[in-house]
Amino acid sequence: MSAAPHTALAARSVQVPLDVAAIRLEFPVLAQSVRGKPLAYLDNAASSQRPQVVIDTISRYYETTHANVHRGVHTLSQQATDLFEGAREKLRRFVNARSTREVVFVRGTTEAINLVAQSYARPRLQSGDEILISWLEHHANIVPWQMVCEQTGAQLRVIPMTRRGEVDFAAFKSLLTARTRLLALTHVSNALGTIVPVQHFIAEAHRRGVPVLLDGAQAVPHLAVDVQALDCDFYCFSGHKMCGPTGIGVLYGRESLLAAMPPWQGGGDMILAVSFERTIYNDLPYKFEAGTPHISGAIGLGRAVDYLQALGLDRIAAAEHDLLEYATSRLAVVPGLEIVGTAPEKAAVVSFTVQGIHPHDLGTILDSEGVAIRTGHHCAMPVMEFYGIPATARASFAFYNTRAEIDRLVDALALAREVLG
Amino acid sequence: MDLSELYRDVIVDHNRNPRNFRPMPGADSHAEGFNPLCGDRLTLFVKLDGDRISDVSFQGSGCAISVASASLLTESVKGRTVAEAERLFATMHALLTRSDATVDVAALGKLGALSGVREFPARVKCASLCWHTLDAALHRKSVPVRTE
Repeated sequence: MSAAPHTALAARSVQVPLDVAAIRLEFPVLAQSVRGKPLAYLDNAASSQRPQVVIDTISRYYETTHANVHRGVHTLSQQATDLFEGAREKLRRFVNARSTREVVFVRGTTEAINLVAQSYARPRLQSGDEILISWLEHHANIVPWQMVCEQTGAQLRVIPMTRRGEVDFAAFKSLLTARTRLLALTHVSNALGTIVPVQHFIAEAHRRGVPVLLDGAQAVPHLAVDVQALDCDFYCFSGHKMCGPTGIGVLYGRESLLAAMPPWQGGGDMILAVSFERTIYNDLPYKFEAGTPHISGAIGLGRAVDYLQALGLDRIAAAEHDLLEYATSRLAVVPGLEIVGTAPEKAAVVSFTVQGIHPHDLGTILDSEGVAIRTGHHCAMPVMEFYGIPATARASFAFYNTRAEIDRLVDALALAREVLG
Repeated sequence: MDLSELYRDVIVDHNRNPRNFRPMPGADSHAEGFNPLCGDRLTLFVKLDGDRISDVSFQGSGCAISVASASLLTESVKGRTVAEAERLFATMHALLTRSDATVDVAALGKLGALSGVREFPARVKCASLCWHTLDAALHRKSVPVRTE
């Protein structure tokens, strides 16, 4: 009996769609005009926008509370510390980490991956060892591993992708060997939107005793992430893609692994005691947070988590899936348009090319109509190379986007054909 | 800014039908230019007769602005001396990047069609890539040119 109300609540929250009109009013940036046209912001995979409550939380923190954290006995310092550590607890709950000792604040996904590369991988790797990544990776999940391979003599191995834009699971199994030391895999492809069925990869890697890092930059907040259910060893994500501030992100790490890793950067806050002979490092997670942290960023990100959870991640996912299906069906019938990346499971990202029109020209022409999309290689040059194209145009949606904005995208594509076709 | 200021007829025409778009066996010099952000890529070939550019051609792929700019470049520097081409490079650079530049657009002929690019800062590097690449080819620089 006691489970029934929860079930009913969950079912209702899926059925009641988001009130997008009301939500849009909470995002001041969306209310403006660009080049004389109302802004249609369809570049959310690059960075999302922020609701007023996140902006206000940051302002209020600076107006009323700011002091350095973990240092003073004075009132403001204690209040700032409470807010900062309160944010860490919100982030812990958001990804369901076991403890806040597993939640390290970093600048973003890129820094999180570099931290693991330098602090976890580098001391362990030897010549002949292998790191496994996939063809779908963003440069941030390629270059840090190339650097650590150069430093240690280890080899980088790449799991091939399929024409539809999936990571080839059969090829992965054959690439997983006794030499593999780490699998670093994207959860959602930023260039194509593919949702990688990471749980299968993790289970297979763990059967071989290989730890797994997930690049979750595009997954959060489009899907609910539970690091314990995923059973991943590291999970990296950025605040600015989930309605939080720039310059703040999270490295989740399994505590046993983090505990065994040396600090990455040295400085204040990451120590317990310093003398010229010997320094005793601080406990987790502070061991990895040298220097004054991005206090306002963490607090703002914590507020963004509250905001997203109040909307409901299931309802956000449903709204974005609706936008993806609508955009896919409308774009599929645009003459000369080809959708790049057609995996069965996708986040709300549509990458495409239009015959005879370079993506950059599309980007400029769409901008003249107030429609903001990303054009280029999306920091995933190997993916572009796979398809034999220099670049794509990419529309990426958030829960605050509308079908009407997708209609404007399609109309602007018609204009592009008029101008350049 | 009006879109038609950027995509003028001359630009659209040279994008659709780029002139001197061919490889050049026996070129005296060539250079590669590339725009890592956009994925624009071009190779520029030069044949010299003493100090004079007797032939110039290009290959590659890119947006309408970069292709049209390269096509217009080949038409405008063929037959000129290296020094004249370098002066034209300086003029084009000023036209594309400096709003206070006193460039006689009419004297530039078809190249003047690129003056609208200045109003679209994100596209300036598309238009200037071929000129930097020409400069590299004339000076036989071995490092690929980039405009980032």
